[in-house]
Amino acid sequence: MKVAVVTFPGSNCDYDLYKAAQQVGADVDFVWHRERGLDEYDAVLLPGGFSYGDYLRAGAIARMSPVMEDVVTFAGRGGPVLGICNGFQILCEAGLLPGALIRNAGLSFESKDVLLRVEQPDTQFTSEYAEGQLLRVPIAHGEGNYEADAETLERVEAEGRVVFRYVDASGEVTAAANPNGSRNSIAGITNESGNVLGMMPHPERAMEAVLGSTDGIGVFTSLAASLSAVAS
Amino acid sequence: MSTVESTATEVQVTPRRGDPEITPELVDDHGLSESEYELILRIMGRTPTFTELGVFSAMWSEHCGYKNSKRLLSLLPTEAPWVIQGPGENAGVIDVGDGYALAFKIESHNHPSAVEPYQGAATGVGGILRDIFTMGARPVAILDSLRFGDLDTGRVRYLFSGVVSGVGDYGNCVGIPNIGGEVAFDRGYEGNPIVNAMCLGLMKREELITASASGVGNSLMTVGARTGRDGIHGATFASEELSEDSDESSRPRVQVGDPFTEKLLLEASLELIASGAITGIQDMGAAGITSSAAEMAGRAGNGVEIDMSRVPVREPDMTPYEILLSESQERMLVVAEKGREQDVRTILEKWELEAVEIGEVTDDGCFRILEAEVVVANIPALPLTDGCPTYEREGIEAEEVTALRDMDLSEHLIPTGDLSKTFLLLLGSPNVASKRWIYHQYDTTVRTATAVRPGGDAGVIRIRGTSRAIAATTDCNGRLVYLEPRTGAMIAVAEAARNLVCVGALPTAITNNLNFGNPLKPHIYYEFREAVLGMRDACTAFETPVTGGNVSFYNETDGRAIYPTPVIGMVGVIEDVERITPQSFQKQGDQVILLGENTDEIGGSEYLYATAKVVAGAPPQVDLEAERQLQQAVLTMIREGHVVSAHDCSEGGLACALAECALGDGESPFGVEVTLDDPLPAVSALFAESQGRIVISCRPDKGQDILAIAEDHGVPAQVIGSVTGPGDPFRMRVANGSVESDLADMAEAYFESISRIMNAPASSGV
Repeated sequence: MKVAVVTFPGSNCDYDLYKAAQQVGADVDFVWHRERGLDEYDAVLLPGGFSYGDYLRAGAIARMSPVMEDVVTFAGRGGPVLGICNGFQILCEAGLLPGALIRNAGLSFESKDVLLRVEQPDTQFTSEYAEGQLLRVPIAHGEGNYEADAETLERVEAEGRVVFRYVDASGEVTAAANPNGSRNSIAGITNESGNVLGMMPHPERAMEAVLGSTDGIGVFTSLAASLSAVAS
Repeated sequence: MSTVESTATEVQVTPRRGDPEITPELVDDHGLSESEYELILRIMGRTPTFTELGVFSAMWSEHCGYKNSKRLLSLLPTEAPWVIQGPGENAGVIDVGDGYALAFKIESHNHPSAVEPYQGAATGVGGILRDIFTMGARPVAILDSLRFGDLDTGRVRYLFSGVVSGVGDYGNCVGIPNIGGEVAFDRGYEGNPIVNAMCLGLMKREELITASASGVGNSLMTVGARTGRDGIHGATFASEELSEDSDESSRPRVQVGDPFTEKLLLEASLELIASGAITGIQDMGAAGITSSAAEMAGRAGNGVEIDMSRVPVREPDMTPYEILLSESQERMLVVAEKGREQDVRTILEKWELEAVEIGEVTDDGCFRILEAEVVVANIPALPLTDGCPTYEREGIEAEEVTALRDMDLSEHLIPTGDLSKTFLLLLGSPNVASKRWIYHQYDTTVRTATAVRPGGDAGVIRIRGTSRAIAATTDCNGRLVYLEPRTGAMIAVAEAARNLVCVGALPTAITNNLNFGNPLKPHIYYEFREAVLGMRDACTAFETPVTGGNVSFYNETDGRAIYPTPVIGMVGVIEDVERITPQSFQKQGDQVILLGENTDEIGGSEYLYATAKVVAGAPPQVDLEAERQLQQAVLTMIREGHVVSAHDCSEGGLACALAECALGDGESPFGVEVTLDDPLPAVSALFAESQGRIVISCRPDKGQDILAIAEDHGVPAQVIGSVTGPGDPFRMRVANGSVESDLADMAEAYFESISRIMNAPASSGV
């Protein structure tokens, strides 16, 4: 499995994502935002951080980077693309995912562990999880409040494209368990064909017991499993 | 020096048209005394130009020249076999094993934060990050040590929330986890918040690089952001007292931070160092190009020649004086190997940054500044960097402090009401309460190395690819230092060490940030001297040498100084990440053991402040040998696998320490049932802040082993109770009273207190 971690000026979770992919056996390259060509890769990962300092609007400048044309092409061909945190924001800005991520409802940066409920195990990124499984994963963002118009929301819900939702310890959607005010407590969604996933929480930070949680591993083992299935 | 002096006089130096005439008033405005100016005349052999005067003013400011602190600081222990780099460089460096070295340092940004809290704090973080990556180390963790007035005025809340956002936004954007620190609130800091930021960086031992301008003929290049008019004379500003009108008039002296550029600069700098194209690199921090160039020349024993007209600027018509003294952020000075300037430019271009040659290293020992062809300053470099006069001042304790220390506190030992209510009041006091409101605004998990996040005794980051981890903490209780500086400083070091051993780390070295008032006042100098001596004694006893730090004087508003606050940033090494010990109880039925002795020392306690707003009495006494034995005993217990949790006792006393063990992070609290027989007044047994105490929990079958290890080390130890279930209450019985509380009430007081205060309307102020 050959994986590209695309880095922009200001990406800061690039190394974490690199290590996470490596942990599940991937052969990983960093691809600088000015480089072109993603044909040799089986999956493309967009890390978190503050690309271009989040100036103008999170992800708004990064999506104009040369490599993004290739990411769009790669996704269009059905290649798996995962954007985490700032990567999710860039995917929305690039139009690969619907909706937008606006300032947290509480107006401040939120950094803590949250609980996610797996809503959709039938994706390349979640097949190793069970539906309804609860995951403990860190968040760290100031603009993670998922917003979309009513029609879009209805469609992504109806099509089962909401992959993760913020919930409380009993697995219930509550206002208190929603860290940023996201519509329908949405923490992660896919595109129509399901090969592009954007999520605000950081599964790559929940890969080792010594760091507090191993619940994020499933995202990467799922991806590895789906790619080896394709290869064989 | 005579040859250097003659060189300085041979070069023709031309005053610039429009430069003001050098008058006694102008000299005074530059913060230089008459005798200092006379020394400058002797060094120069002539009247300095306006530009030269500005350079001396910055380099001989308290901030850069350490003129009132250097002599005392030389008393501190600085050496140990594991110290690779002691004081004098951008940061200290120690060997942490397995081929890794740790660079670490703490620095203050008090004055700018008092005037513009967000930018003041943000640029404080920016500066300390640069001090670390200019050593060749990748920054891996930030800690922040903050002090504010009481949270009941709008002004203090504005400063508090601005500083927290500034620290958070900068570190979050660069992507360095915040792993801890401390914050205290007391009216003693009302006009002068304290903002100290500490950074840790890791590198392989061989990656270490220093800031020295070696190799005559090598190029000096400025890299990173352009130079603007911001922060001119920031170093001199930091060496003055604030007054009521400092607010508006001083704002232009505060710099503005750009963490995005910093992130690029960080990556570019580490790439530059790895490329071998440069021989030295230094942040342009306080006093900008002036200090970075002069210090690099001074360290190498060389000279530098820099052309101001080649420095990339943000605004037109900047004078050499302004360019030299600008403190625009995110800039570095590098010394490139002759012929490799293009390699430097190529690396910087990749990161979308500028690198421009502005001068070269010379062999004549002079700090020479050109404006195109014209020499506008020519100063011998060594006297500029090392010749700043140093002073030992008169130090006498303030009578007011003596009186406070001798105050009779017996009336406060009589409980004023229900002890359980007092207990909840203390848990909710912002000094004791959870600092979650703060650290939830800080990214604590980026870089996937944070093994212990903020909220515990110390933060811990593991070293990937090894079984090791680094623990770090910052500590100082300013009230105790105020009441008795020598004891207070020892307590700061002892508490830092206890915090580290509680997570399982061996205390290894410290960096310090000495925040004080105006050292020209005898009672302030007394505090400073005594605190340095206390630190010396404690650091010597614990074998934790000082590898660097920062002095911040003149923390005064309208003549009133802050509590003397020598913040200790201590680092320690954990050899096995599997032995990292949590602070909170983990299992029902575990035994609770108290190490150390309870006393009735309530002087300087949070109990007195929270219940009566009193800061008085003698601070608890500290026995350094007993502290050392305690540290070693706890480390042995942890290493042998006997300890389930360990927590230091500090603000709020044993009752609050036990409450923190019981509450944990709030997700899986436990009840606890504890009985103490010590014949003490109930207030003391519950809330006194006696030193040298650690609460541990263990499986019931390990209790005997723990008591035996304690005995081997001569550490008093007693089983005081056991951990009960999540639905059980917190119950603590002492000889003359008791406390009982539901965990839910405690959690409400402890976790929600600060956010409730920050969301409530202020009672006064703007």
